[in-house]
Amino acid sequence: MTSTQSTEAPAKSTTPPTGATALRVQNAVIKYGFILVTVALFLYFALSEGAFRESATLLDTLRYVSVAAILGLGVTLTMAVGGMDMSVGAVAGLGVSVAAQTMVIYNQIGTVAILAVLAAGALAGLLNALLIVVLKIPDMLATLGTMFVIQGSKLILVDGQSITPGMTRSDGTTAPGRFTEGFLRIDRGTVLGIPVPVLIFGGLTVAAWVFLARTRWGRVLYAIGANPEAARLAGIRVGAYRALAYVVSGVLASVGGLILAARIGQGDVSAGTSQLLEAVAVALVGTSVLGRGRPNVWGTALGAVLIGIITTGLTIKGLPYYTQDVVEGAVLILALVFSFTRSERRTA
Amino acid sequence: MSPTDVTPAVGLRDVGMAFGGKTVLASVSLDIAPGSVVALLGANGAGKSTLIKILSGVHPGHGGEVLVDGSPAALQSPLAARRLGIQTVHQRIGEGVVPGLTVAENLVFEELAQQRGNPFLNGRRVLARAREIQAALGLDWSDAVLKRDVTELGISDRQLLVLARALATRPRLLILDEPTSALSAAEAERLFALVERMRDDGIAVLYVSHRLGEIEALADRLVVLRDGRLTEDQARPFDWDAALRAMLAQAEEARTARPVREGEQGEAVLSLRGVRLFDDRTPLDLDLRAGEVTGVVGLLGAGKTELARGLFGAEPFRTGTLALDGRPYAPRRPADAIRAGIHLVPEDRHTDALVPGWSVARNISLPFLKSVSRAGLVSHSREDALGRATIDALGVVTRDEHSAVEDLSGGNQQKVVVGRWLAETPRVLVLDEPFRGVDIGARRDIGRRARALAAEGAAVLVLSADVDEVLEVADRVVVLAAGEVRLDAYGEDAQRDRVIQTIAVSV
Repeated sequence: MTSTQSTEAPAKSTTPPTGATALRVQNAVIKYGFILVTVALFLYFALSEGAFRESATLLDTLRYVSVAAILGLGVTLTMAVGGMDMSVGAVAGLGVSVAAQTMVIYNQIGTVAILAVLAAGALAGLLNALLIVVLKIPDMLATLGTMFVIQGSKLILVDGQSITPGMTRSDGTTAPGRFTEGFLRIDRGTVLGIPVPVLIFGGLTVAAWVFLARTRWGRVLYAIGANPEAARLAGIRVGAYRALAYVVSGVLASVGGLILAARIGQGDVSAGTSQLLEAVAVALVGTSVLGRGRPNVWGTALGAVLIGIITTGLTIKGLPYYTQDVVEGAVLILALVFSFTRSERRTA
Repeated sequence: MSPTDVTPAVGLRDVGMAFGGKTVLASVSLDIAPGSVVALLGANGAGKSTLIKILSGVHPGHGGEVLVDGSPAALQSPLAARRLGIQTVHQRIGEGVVPGLTVAENLVFEELAQQRGNPFLNGRRVLARAREIQAALGLDWSDAVLKRDVTELGISDRQLLVLARALATRPRLLILDEPTSALSAAEAERLFALVERMRDDGIAVLYVSHRLGEIEALADRLVVLRDGRLTEDQARPFDWDAALRAMLAQAEEARTARPVREGEQGEAVLSLRGVRLFDDRTPLDLDLRAGEVTGVVGLLGAGKTELARGLFGAEPFRTGTLALDGRPYAPRRPADAIRAGIHLVPEDRHTDALVPGWSVARNISLPFLKSVSRAGLVSHSREDALGRATIDALGVVTRDEHSAVEDLSGGNQQKVVVGRWLAETPRVLVLDEPFRGVDIGARRDIGRRARALAAEGAAVLVLSADVDEVLEVADRVVVLAAGEVRLDAYGEDAQRDRVIQTIAVSV
């Protein structure tokens, strides 16, 4: 009746010892490759160009990248929950317009402008959270949608024109206010010789790192990104945490908008658009730093510094500004190669 | 058994398969005669899907030999398998149709995908060919239906479409993997009529199903896989007791449970009243008592996972009431259940429990991060200590608590998942298929922890399709079939034969 045989099927599991060393070298290259590239480029520029060595240039580099870096921190948070915030550039741009509107049109002091900008950022984040968590729209599509909506409503808010101090408004009156001195110091001020944007960048990086890597809430965000169903069945309110990530991302983007507004000194309607791709690039470069293959705060900060070094260095070398996009794109692709070569090997 | 004078449509000779040193299929030999329906039975993890994948060309690296029409065949790829006349209709019908294409385009899809001949789609030609293909199954969809988007078809019509496509190639062997799992009774009847026709046309059918009633009605022969081996091979009339024993029960009985008599029962911890596991079934009442391990046995689709997930608030029950220690308990989400002290070890540890890329310690601390944190900051020393304590308590075999959880064996991963829910003592611990893909040693360790927890006064619920796994650990056995309780017995009343018989008559 039965036809059973019981010979064990051959099972082999051998790893060739010769491949082990090669694998270790490969691992080290993947893990530290990006840091090495950064250091090597830094040394190259520093040794070949005297101007690059000046501390003012270095601080200026950091000041320049601070906006993209802070936006990148928000993107990192949303990537940690398995999403992606494509609206950060638009939210920063909204911040510029809200700041200008508050100070120039409504003649309010800088503090009021700051609060208004942060509130606008939080609201934008809530809108993203509503679309993604409640209405279940895929992250990338939802935030692309809000990107357009925010850009569009900003134009309506400012009647399609940049808000400059002393401008003539559509009803013939002159705008009463201006960017206050205090507000402008957000970009132009220094503390102990360090530019304020660099301090904000540094402070937010440390805060974001503590939050993501050290607190239980940050741990939960990563759990959601890695396996949302497991997180839910571990008792985590997945929706609430994803909403939190987007709201924080919106607020961080509006901080970037504050710096941008103080830098431009007027309500430029096109502000923020170029920041989106840089922010996303910085966060993606960050995933490959230290070979972790996942979004992390130090990686994002380092990615921003790397892109800053490259742009500044190449500018000093005399490369025209319009080649910058190609260079940044190449850096991003290189970083993705590092990330994905690694993850491919992990799953194999 | 198949007559020796007929060349089998497909024959397997000592076919085996191992993944990473673990044998999932060991030396299976089987002849499938043309014009016969062979039913393949087996619990989850018995090796059924591996066998199907080998036959459909997904695992070219298998051991042993496959004969097609008597001569050795190389099943190197799904395309090679199809060319040799082996067609597979997979359980998930959604994978068989391409949304966005019309019904007709889906019917001729395999020919379109071959990329031979005229590269331009010609609507009339596609339609003409689609009519031929549907005729192979005796379907008569009008041109209007054929021109619709395939997503407008119901699930059973989609399945018919996939079947028609498979049959149009005149296969030698047709593999049907759980073909009725998404069908209503009437739709299933229509499918059975088709299977009968295929048999009469001389096609060999390998029919994989958990539904014993279908096999009784359709199959000429049944074989049972268990732990990668063929353990039973019967011709009609089938001996269901023997088949179920071969499928569900271990060779030797190893009971550790202590028989409890009525009257010695603990107080009810969790009470279910009027809970429906499926909308069209009789409501169920059940009390889980302190100090007891309750084992729930049932085949796939009996409602075990629905019960577990409902108690945990992962998919709240739509009807009925629950009471925990006499107070109303209505979890709307897992967080509610955990706060009330009800913990669930879910059915599938990979999709529902483990966080990939995380260490053992991090995977353990996830549900109770608060307990290893101070002022919101995770204390690594506390987290590592919890990890080590869990490793010791359950005997997890791992280098240390920092090892990546993927590097552990299945049994040790399962211990990690069980252990994380013991970090805070539960009032009720629900374990859904806790022994699947778990070696005997790990099973015993997990069982011991479950019994120890019950001895401390908790109620433990173990749900499994494997009778012996349940008997090994449970004081009380509940047999579930189609969402209803068919047996609820303690100790000596819950003998293995009685449990198996209850399952058999519930089919």
